[in-house]
Amino acid sequence: MENTGIKFLTPVAVDVRRKKYCRFKKLGIKYIDYKDASYLFRFVNDQGRILPRRLTGTSLKYQKKVAQAIKRARHIAIMPFVGDNLKDNK
Amino acid sequence: MVNQYEAVFIMTPVLSDEQMKETVGKFEQLLRDSGCEIVHQENWGMRTLAYPIKKKSSGFYHLFEFKAEGSFVREFELQLKRDERIIRYLTVHLDKYAIEYNQKRRHTKEQNNNEKQQ
Repeated sequence: MENTGIKFLTPVAVDVRRKKYCRFKKLGIKYIDYKDASYLFRFVNDQGRILPRRLTGTSLKYQKKVAQAIKRARHIAIMPFVGDNLKDNK
Repeated sequence: MVNQYEAVFIMTPVLSDEQMKETVGKFEQLLRDSGCEIVHQENWGMRTLAYPIKKKSSGFYHLFEFKAEGSFVREFELQLKRDERIIRYLTVHLDKYAIEYNQKRRHTKEQNNNEKQQ
């Protein structure tokens, strides 16, 4: 790599790859309640869409449970299908 | 095979209080008549909906937790669908973790109430 002439005074702060873990396995949560909106809002981005596993790091088994709970909450109008910047203000 | 179910339904906000109680009573009676055991009942009262349903942006929420035969749920949902005061309903089959979760939640709620009363 030829020298690009850009010198960094401090080394670029590369985000050290911290190991992602499935919070449900760690906390031993077995059931995700579809009626508990404040908890479910953590798994939804500010457009109201479900966060993918690669960001939250949850295992497949619990991601399916979260997705099902969120879809049920949306059906009974506890959570919006599409929200606008509703980040945790509920 | 008797399973445990949880049914949540939303009633139009247009109803007066007695009408709301009457609808809830009607379904409670339906459950009792068919020999289902109502484990728990919760009324969340008037809540704003996340999106308007049938041009209404709020509704009365009510929750029934009951034990019933598998075949009964279809009949129960038919009644829910037919009643025009109810704008949305959802019946969920509870597995053992869900039942445990609900019991724990009710238990802590009672404790909080007791503490408040003391």
